[in-house]
Amino acid sequence: MNDRIRSILQASGGLTVDVAALSDTDDLQEAGLKSLATVRIMLALEEAFDFEFPAAMLYRNLFANIASIEQAVGELTA
Amino acid sequence: MSSTTPATASTTRLQETPVATARRIAVEYAAPHADSVDEQARFPIEAVEALRAAGLLSAYIPEALEGGGVRISDLAAITQALAERCAAVGMIYAMHQIQVACLVHHSNSVPFFRDYLKTISEQQLLLASITSELGVGGSIRTSIAALLPGSALCRLQKNATTISYGDYADSFLATCRRTPEASASDQVLVLLQRSQMQMQPTGQWNTLGMRGTCSPGYCVESDFPAEQCLPVPFGDICTHTMTPFSHILWSACWLGIATDATARARASVRAKARKAASDGPMGDVRLAEATRDLQLMRVNLQACLGEYQTLLDANDLPALSGFDFAIRINNLKTASSELVVKIVAQAMAVTGMAGYRNDTPYSLGRHLRDAHSAAAMIGNDRLYTTNAGLLLMSAGTGGVRPERVPPSNT
Repeated sequence: MNDRIRSILQASGGLTVDVAALSDTDDLQEAGLKSLATVRIMLALEEAFDFEFPAAMLYRNLFANIASIEQAVGELTA
Repeated sequence: MSSTTPATASTTRLQETPVATARRIAVEYAAPHADSVDEQARFPIEAVEALRAAGLLSAYIPEALEGGGVRISDLAAITQALAERCAAVGMIYAMHQIQVACLVHHSNSVPFFRDYLKTISEQQLLLASITSELGVGGSIRTSIAALLPGSALCRLQKNATTISYGDYADSFLATCRRTPEASASDQVLVLLQRSQMQMQPTGQWNTLGMRGTCSPGYCVESDFPAEQCLPVPFGDICTHTMTPFSHILWSACWLGIATDATARARASVRAKARKAASDGPMGDVRLAEATRDLQLMRVNLQACLGEYQTLLDANDLPALSGFDFAIRINNLKTASSELVVKIVAQAMAVTGMAGYRNDTPYSLGRHLRDAHSAAAMIGNDRLYTTNAGLLLMSAGTGGVRPERVPPSNT
């Protein structure tokens, strides 16, 4: 799951650094993640893992770092 | 028609709000049959029986008369919820509630009608309207047929051009001239029960949309006791109840069509976006336009609901009879009827082939055809002409500046 999330971030995140250089807890906003890109990432995650984010989960902290994304996806696909 | 047990109705009331019940009925009983109701132009019996079982036909009747005692805003929400899945079900529910409201507002003080309202609650009777008439050109404030007094019973013979779900209703409210000598607009409203009537259909109901409302014309003959005539002139019933209720609940029905069409368009955009290239366009601007128009429809309805409820609560008969309210309630109907067509067209542009086909989760053909009924039921030209005349009057603000801003109590 972590690998798929990372490849989605690489393809759709518009980050200023290579995703491979980021740890799971590095701040994604500092790595160049902008709000509009989070929509693309959200859609790509839904498509990749076949689920839908409920509105209540779509807050800024969801995309704080790779670990927070992985936790949310894990909860919603369990 | 089948009856419901009071226990079922009251149990349901305890467990679920009326709107939640309606939403569930819409999903479980209206949606699965919406296509066959449309294709076969058949009455949506499944949903109507479910509404009966849930006691929702008596929703507007006061609790003292075994009804649900809900407010008109609840009726609008129920109508919309039903129409989102099947516009015919929404419209049948709306038309029935308009008749019930006429009885609740204008005959509740008369023992015969109080008992009849209780009967509607206990047996979940379905009421229909006989306001149309051959020869009056679509004006419900004009009648040719007159109430004929008799020694024991009154008689009415009327050639109605359309009676919605006429074959399925238990009773009817019919307009007619008060006496054979009365002028065309000197009208009363009479209750006719099916057992008292002969109904001869005068044609078929084969229309572009709203096919499940089963509304052909009928020649009606009825002999009935004089006590079934409502004690209030129809002009007042029309101004205070029939017109506002009609425009509000029809608009709620059309809002349901527009809402579901927009939801389908949005689902199709999201599905495409999930599969699209990561640098593709973000969303669909026509969907954004459709939701803008949907908002206009919704807030107009909310505003008119608020104003009407405020006037009812205050029993403000002068304001209810006034030009300003009439102009705004006519604008609600014309605006909603035009916006629903526009919104469905935008949704079709968004969904493309998937919406044009009849066999996808994004299909919009039925929505499109049902939406086009709106401008014709009461013709918009008639309402625009009426408003144009009202705007010449020096009294009031011409509906332009509401003198009362209703509190958000809907």
